[in-house]
Amino acid sequence: MKTRSIVAAVAAMSLSLGLAACGGGDTPGNNGGSPAASIPADGLDDGTELTMWTRAPLERQAKNAVEAYNSTHKNQVKLEILPNDDVEGKVGGAIQTDTLPDILAGDVVRIPYWVQQGVFADVTAQIDGLDTANLQKGHIDAGTLDGKKHTLPFVTDISVMVWNKDLYKEAGLDPEKGPATVDEFLSQAKAVAGLNKSGVAGSYLAGQSGGALVFTLFPMMWASGEEVLNEDGTKANVASDNAKKIYAAYNDLAKTTNGLGAGSKEETGATWTAPFQEGKVGVMQYPYTAVTGLFDTVDFEIGVAGIPGVEGNQSTFLGGDALGISKSSKKVAQAWNFMSWLMSDEAQQKVFADNNDTASSLSVLENGYADADERTKIANATIKDGRAPVAVNFNEAFNAAGSNWQLLIQDAVWGDGSQVDSLNEQITATLGG
Amino acid sequence: MTSTTMTTPTKAPRRRTHAAREAATGWAFATPVTLVLVLLFLAPIVLVVIMSGSKWTLLGGNQGLNGTTNFEKVFADPMLLDSIWFTLKYTVLTTVILMPIALGLALLVQEARRWNNVLRTAILVPSALGIASASVLFYALYSPQVGPINKALAGLGLMDQNSSLLGTPNGALWATVFLVVWRFSGFYMLLTMVGLQAIPTDVYEAARIDGASRWRTFTQVTLPLLKPTIAMTMIMSITGSLLAFDQFYVLTKGGPNNSTMTVVQLIYRYAFETKRDLGMAAALSVLVLVALIVVNAVQLRAMGVTDKEDK
Repeated sequence: MKTRSIVAAVAAMSLSLGLAACGGGDTPGNNGGSPAASIPADGLDDGTELTMWTRAPLERQAKNAVEAYNSTHKNQVKLEILPNDDVEGKVGGAIQTDTLPDILAGDVVRIPYWVQQGVFADVTAQIDGLDTANLQKGHIDAGTLDGKKHTLPFVTDISVMVWNKDLYKEAGLDPEKGPATVDEFLSQAKAVAGLNKSGVAGSYLAGQSGGALVFTLFPMMWASGEEVLNEDGTKANVASDNAKKIYAAYNDLAKTTNGLGAGSKEETGATWTAPFQEGKVGVMQYPYTAVTGLFDTVDFEIGVAGIPGVEGNQSTFLGGDALGISKSSKKVAQAWNFMSWLMSDEAQQKVFADNNDTASSLSVLENGYADADERTKIANATIKDGRAPVAVNFNEAFNAAGSNWQLLIQDAVWGDGSQVDSLNEQITATLGG
Repeated sequence: MTSTTMTTPTKAPRRRTHAAREAATGWAFATPVTLVLVLLFLAPIVLVVIMSGSKWTLLGGNQGLNGTTNFEKVFADPMLLDSIWFTLKYTVLTTVILMPIALGLALLVQEARRWNNVLRTAILVPSALGIASASVLFYALYSPQVGPINKALAGLGLMDQNSSLLGTPNGALWATVFLVVWRFSGFYMLLTMVGLQAIPTDVYEAARIDGASRWRTFTQVTLPLLKPTIAMTMIMSITGSLLAFDQFYVLTKGGPNNSTMTVVQLIYRYAFETKRDLGMAAALSVLVLVALIVVNAVQLRAMGVTDKEDK
């Protein structure tokens, strides 16, 4: 009797361990790189139609890439743009019905979870055949699990500090000098707030968008020499002394009249880039993909710099999308043709650099911007100090509406900051640490 | 086959075949409806119940039954009670405000002689908007950056220019209640009007001959005879409010600080945002379904609508 139950328990345990071991990565159709052997280094260009999904915020860059590829290849990529908030649901549904597109691009912070759940085909052999030393590493790392590689950089979107030079002049500041430390950021924002112009604020923060807060505040912590997450993404460190100094600056602004733009506290991210665009914000962090579009369209001068830390230095969030070949795809060789082409310097130059967008090739970043706007060069120079945080549960801990990270910022900036430490613990618990 | 093998059927079987044919005809008539019922109503419910008892993640798919694990996880979530409490609060508020307004408007439109049609149309216009579209419209109206409401209220000294209506838990709640009242008043008014028009005029004449005052007529004649209509609109309003999602998803995303989190938003989050766990979402859906059945049964009984006897 006893023996039997022990045997049963052992059997159950080994079964569950076996299941756990193959949970995720080893789903049918994702058979660890076996298609790799038969694929030529450049893939196949034989007139196949490929499908691809990407999300709305990066529509412009995605269209540039697909148009450039389609006009020079026999294969044709059909692009579908998904609303940012629907991506997870749509990918989930497509996995259940095995209707994923051939090529799937996704927000780099979602990628580790997708890889763990076996969304992508393993293309380690192909990626190793590329000159990866010359590629932006963050988006490859995000898609690497147990040494197997699944993704390449698609669009690199970085965060930078921008300021409105016209408002700076009015406030008696040097319009050519953006903030080089958190303190300078605070004093410059306060100077603009002091103009007391209707609707004009010193800075702006997306108080209820975990994703935007990560994108704008993490670089300040990195530039201050802090790690935001531990190596394997299971422990949060957003309650460090330097992090608290950064929150204190924002708390100070929140208490200042016109310090933070009206609506900051409940900004869900839908309109967080609008106030600066309308000339109503002095200085704030901003996605660089959105800055380039403003140069010619707004009627004020924009300054660009790296995001500073408490003592200076600079950093940026290597955001944007990584792309991989889905496990549903029957056209791996053709899809690889698109991916490997996109990694070439020629494509990086044509698709990204020539449009003032951030390339993922380091040599193009170095040499491809000779004719580019000076501000694009400044932005690109921050990439070497940038990071892309990697954690399987990143979305739940940080990005999701009402996440503990978002609650932490609400408390630190608009509250009394008494819950920062305990919420940091709770973020760690969500991350699985 | 030869004719010799054929037996002449006796009477009884013929009757049986007749009965059988009748039964078959009956089934043939009932089958389409039954199929529709099973396919559109029962099957999804059965699926949700199965899903609620399975380990079923958004990206991982169905990984087999796991008993009551999903329900345990849902009950262990500290946000569950908050969201139930908020949903109830919101339901009571909207229903208590909507019902009298709908009744008042219906009486007004019925009484008004001159501008009757104009009034009716004006009140009904908001109902033509989808709730999501209406939410987006109000999101813009409430926005401190682009909307007029903030500036107007600040101008009247009722709020600080730099704060925002959606920035506080109470502000967000009332802002949403206002949107919903604006959006649904006309619709419920229409339903109430239909009920009012169904009341025979001779009842009112009798009341007038008996010398009943207007108030007395309203309380003793109109309200009792409107009871089924009021019961229906109330059930619709309560059920709709308990299932509120779109307006909060657009206006507040459950914020500030999860203070406007309805139960259906929590289902959505379990499925697509935080847990990415369809099993948990299904478990909470089953709980909501049971709660709705109970609430509606209690309401129908309380309103006396289920009593078939004439009183």
